[in-house]
Amino acid sequence: MHASVRPAVSVNIPPIVTNAATRETAAALAMRMTVSKVNFFYGTKQTLFDINLGIAANKVTALIGPSGCGKSTLLRTLNRMYETVRNARLEGEILLDGKSILSQDVTALRRCIGMVFQRPNPFPKSIFDNVAYGLRINGSKVPLSEAVEKSLRRAALWDEVKDHLHKSAYELSGGQQQRLCIARALAVEPEVLLLDEPCSALDPISTAKIEELLVQLKDLCTIVTVTHNMQQAARMSDFTAFLLIGQLIEFNPTPQLFTTPGDPRTEAYITGRFG
Amino acid sequence: MERHFEKDLNELKERLLWMGSLAERSVHQSVHAVLDSDEQLAKRVLEEEDAINELQIEIDDRVVQLLALHQLMATDLRFVLAISRINNDLERIGDQAVNIAQGAQRILRHPRVKPYVDLPRMSELVEEMVRNALNAVVRRDVDLAHKVLATDDQVDHYRDQIFRELLTYMMGDSSVVFPAFELVLAAKNLERIGDHATNIAEDVIYIVQGRDVRHPTVDRR
Repeated sequence: MHASVRPAVSVNIPPIVTNAATRETAAALAMRMTVSKVNFFYGTKQTLFDINLGIAANKVTALIGPSGCGKSTLLRTLNRMYETVRNARLEGEILLDGKSILSQDVTALRRCIGMVFQRPNPFPKSIFDNVAYGLRINGSKVPLSEAVEKSLRRAALWDEVKDHLHKSAYELSGGQQQRLCIARALAVEPEVLLLDEPCSALDPISTAKIEELLVQLKDLCTIVTVTHNMQQAARMSDFTAFLLIGQLIEFNPTPQLFTTPGDPRTEAYITGRFG
Repeated sequence: MERHFEKDLNELKERLLWMGSLAERSVHQSVHAVLDSDEQLAKRVLEEEDAINELQIEIDDRVVQLLALHQLMATDLRFVLAISRINNDLERIGDQAVNIAQGAQRILRHPRVKPYVDLPRMSELVEEMVRNALNAVVRRDVDLAHKVLATDDQVDHYRDQIFRELLTYMMGDSSVVFPAFELVLAAKNLERIGDHATNIAEDVIYIVQGRDVRHPTVDRR
């Protein structure tokens, strides 16, 4: 007779709370950032229309939508990256921890809100110096080598590079370079990490590594990611925003958006029946 | 590299096993309500049905979520699909136990038709099938699953034997028709529970080997 390896029987089945994302609503969570009535223009062309959105603290929020829907533009408003574009103009309010980002010093703001781009863009320096760069500028409280190791570990890259920290960052693979860029962003301990299509230049294994990394990193910071790969949004995010021609069509917990979307346009997009 | 959906898969399995444990207990209690003339056991089965039904819904929700959010492949995909089917089988086992418990309540209003001989043997076999099927899920144990499949014929045999025997009692004394007929139904329900355990065992083989062993006469070329 086989001994039972199953739980002792009781009618009082303990609920599993770790799956809470299914029942979470954005309203019940602490918000790291709030986007209110945001309209955005490149010159006279309006690209975002009356966007309202809360970015929950220590969660992954994904922005999805077809090309040109404004998801990258919305991401770039969050750390005022749009200001590098001539004639770009933003109306409305964006708060970080309750304070307007528009009234803050932009350098200080971008220290709080790190960014990682589509193509890995390490500096033409050693692995070590890439991560140490922000720490040197901002002054590190702990010894530099310690801080660099911490960031590389957090970016799940340490074991692969610890024996050649002084090699050029360009010698790393694409996936490693992208994790290096994440380590560089993490080094200054940002509150929010923005990622613009972080895996679109990577192979499936590197993509999976980055996804797992981001799911783990949300304990440390709040993550907002833009992706044209909705399966990726489904796999790794807690909340998903679907944009279409500059409008926010639906913003819901990811399990809800991908199982019972509230808007027929979301349904058409995620089932591939769009257009 | 461990993927974060493995946590969800483990939770899904854990919930299914809770459900299995409840279903298994319902079967035991319902049969012993009949065998031991214990009305309290019958009542308990009826009270506990809700917990099984709630778990069925929760497990279904989890399956839908896993399929929607993670592009599961190969063994993970088979596992989640099989769990969805096992979920239904366990809920049906719970329903059959409720049928037996309700039958027990009716049987208990009458004097015993005869000493129970085959029914306890049959119920032991069926309970063992359910237990082995669930353990086979836990351990992904194909040998144990085959053992469950092999037991089904014995269960069917007991059902036929019980039916034949009770028929002679009914033909000899019409006053026992009501409780005797209820006993036939109990045996029928037990046999159905065995069928559900068989389904679960077939799903274990599907999870582990990717082979669909249902309906061997179907040509799969």
